[in-house]
Amino acid sequence: MEERRYRSASGAPIALRRRQHSASCRELAVRCPRLQLRSLSATTSAVWLAAYGLFVLSENSMVLSAAIFITLIGLIIYLHFVKIDQESLLVIGSLGIQVTSCYASGKESTAFIEMGRVKDVVINEAIHMQKVIYYLCILLQDPGDPQGVSEVVPLFQSSKPRLDCLIEVYKSCQEILEQRKTAPQSS
Amino acid sequence: MVLKVFFPSCCSSAESGILIGRWLSEQSSAVILAVVHFPFIPVQVKQYLSEVQRVTKVSVSVLGSWSNSKQEKEESLSEFLEDLGTIFSHEPWIQISKEGDSKFWSCSTLQKHSNNPKKEEIILVYYDQRKVMLSHLHPPLDTTTSSDPEAEDASKLSAIFDTVARSKILFMTDRYDDGPIKLTHWQSEGVEASIIVELMKQASVPACMLLAFLLSLISGVCRSRVLKFWPLSFLWSKLSTCEQLGHRLQHLQVISSNKKAQNQTQLVRKANIFVSLLIDVALGILLMSWIYRKNRIGHLADTLIPAADHVAEELQDLLQWLMGAPAGLKMNRALDQVLGRFFLYHIHLWISYIHLMSPFIEMILWYVGLSACLGLTVALCILSDIIALLTFHIYCFYVYGARLYCLKIYGLSSLWRLFRGKKWNVLRQRVDSCSYDLDQLFIGTLLFTILLFLLPTTALYYLVFTLLRLLVVVVQGLIHLLVDLIDSLPLYSIILRLCRSYRLAAGVKFRVLEQQDGKPLRLLMQINPLSYGSVVQTYRLPTYSCYPKDSWTSLCKKLFLGELIYPWKHKGEKQD
Repeated sequence: MEERRYRSASGAPIALRRRQHSASCRELAVRCPRLQLRSLSATTSAVWLAAYGLFVLSENSMVLSAAIFITLIGLIIYLHFVKIDQESLLVIGSLGIQVTSCYASGKESTAFIEMGRVKDVVINEAIHMQKVIYYLCILLQDPGDPQGVSEVVPLFQSSKPRLDCLIEVYKSCQEILEQRKTAPQSS
Repeated sequence: MVLKVFFPSCCSSAESGILIGRWLSEQSSAVILAVVHFPFIPVQVKQYLSEVQRVTKVSVSVLGSWSNSKQEKEESLSEFLEDLGTIFSHEPWIQISKEGDSKFWSCSTLQKHSNNPKKEEIILVYYDQRKVMLSHLHPPLDTTTSSDPEAEDASKLSAIFDTVARSKILFMTDRYDDGPIKLTHWQSEGVEASIIVELMKQASVPACMLLAFLLSLISGVCRSRVLKFWPLSFLWSKLSTCEQLGHRLQHLQVISSNKKAQNQTQLVRKANIFVSLLIDVALGILLMSWIYRKNRIGHLADTLIPAADHVAEELQDLLQWLMGAPAGLKMNRALDQVLGRFFLYHIHLWISYIHLMSPFIEMILWYVGLSACLGLTVALCILSDIIALLTFHIYCFYVYGARLYCLKIYGLSSLWRLFRGKKWNVLRQRVDSCSYDLDQLFIGTLLFTILLFLLPTTALYYLVFTLLRLLVVVVQGLIHLLVDLIDSLPLYSIILRLCRSYRLAAGVKFRVLEQQDGKPLRLLMQINPLSYGSVVQTYRLPTYSCYPKDSWTSLCKKLFLGELIYPWKHKGEKQD
């Protein structure tokens, strides 16, 4: 198990952790920067100052309680649905690839793709806002057309690691994916 | 290839025996269903397995041996277990052994007829047998299109789920039963059953028969010739309450049919309809008890007539405003007066009819309110129908205004063509040039100017009444949207997803357990439940209404030309 630091596409520090469970099973986890206390307090203070300003103008105390409500509910929604803490990839040769996203509130959302549907794992380029970034994606096989690709599943969308981190992940995945090409001849 | 062994977690503490299950050779995986304990007679085991295979159509066979020794490894037992491999010939013969309370088991395979004796990697996947058996796998949308048996190979997981689900008969006998075969599987931990569910299953058969009988009576009455005469059938088709009642009747027929549900989808559909009906009726009865308390019906009836009067007065004020100089525009006096007086007389007639009905309103409302016990949707449909009836004069005004405006627009366009020396060729469906006589041109130009200068007046009346009509349509549309929502929401599936989330599976997720060098890779397979959005999308009940077919541009075009719009078309109605 090893952990190394890299940078994301927007410059934030991220960490990649690699674990090898067995010869055909590897886990790669990218940890995103955590929620900063100063940005949280800045947002809360801004909302409450605005609410207090409205209260002074309108003399209605409902504005203050509404602001508290909005802040609480907004924070819960942000932690449970938006802020991703860790994105991990579990590659089990001959079973499949599992993609997990862990949110800041503890929720985990998982998707498992069977090995029969996986065509390849590649690094692609994309235009994102005003930048060109690299991203890792899984190409899914088209059941009708052996050469075709039916779907592209992008990985690490929230942490957006840079090319050096992606290359490490790519090499680890390819080592396991290669085994399935050599395996049928040996059985 | 890597050998995958799917081991049920309930058999972890079972005593030594042999493993039975299904071998999927194309994926090199063994799905273990149960453990058969000693002593057993091999011939009887084979007989039992062939019978199970015949009933379930799943190729169950003996896959290997399982040894759970509380003390150190016994050499004689391991030799005995290897010899079993020769009796039950299976390629490869899997041997799993557990020592004491150790979490890490040793797993090995015996290959007799292999060409290269390379030691292949083994992955041990634990699964919860009861949850996998009860779960229903929902494949991703792109694979649902191919439902041929060959596609089964493409999805390993559905093969595993299928195997466990179809082997229910295997789980009926237990090691505590007095039989030649003693099995351990998920039922060995204790059989779970609910008395209430069993009682309801027993009571449902006569209840369904009674309901079916009642429904056949009701539908016989509905289909009788008396109700099919022209004015009545026209009325039934226009009232949304009758449509909703017919829809619910259909639902009841589906529930009370005595044919058993063919597959899982039909069963869930029936359950959804049943729960939806139940909640609907419960909400309706709640609403009814709230309305009938404190004489609210009386208050409602008392405010209804003044409300209708108020609407009529507002309309009269509006017409007076239009007859004057509305928004500073100068109208054509004569036409204005004619149209205004015509509509005013209409309103006067309408008000007299309402006043004629006023003594009976309370009684009608009281009896109509009773029908809210049939469901909240029926109550909402009645509300929508009452709104439609009360604003019938607005609908009439809209139709008059639209027809007048439409005639004017067609006349104008045709005379404009005459003005330019062209004509509409009906045969060829195009505009052709034509030479008119002088008197034709003269009269045509005169009529054209008359129509053109009268256009603002007609257009204004049309605009005002169209806006009023659209307002009423929007209100009715919102009510119908709510009714649709209650009709189509699959409540049973949502409650199932909330309480027993393993029954609706979108897929699986694996968790890597503690590893030890030299031992096989240990994984835990858990069920990944379907998201709420997919649950609603998959199990939505079909409804009878459809949303407006016209896009915004065609709607605007129709409004501009003065064609009548029917925004909420129901399925089965002819398009105008």
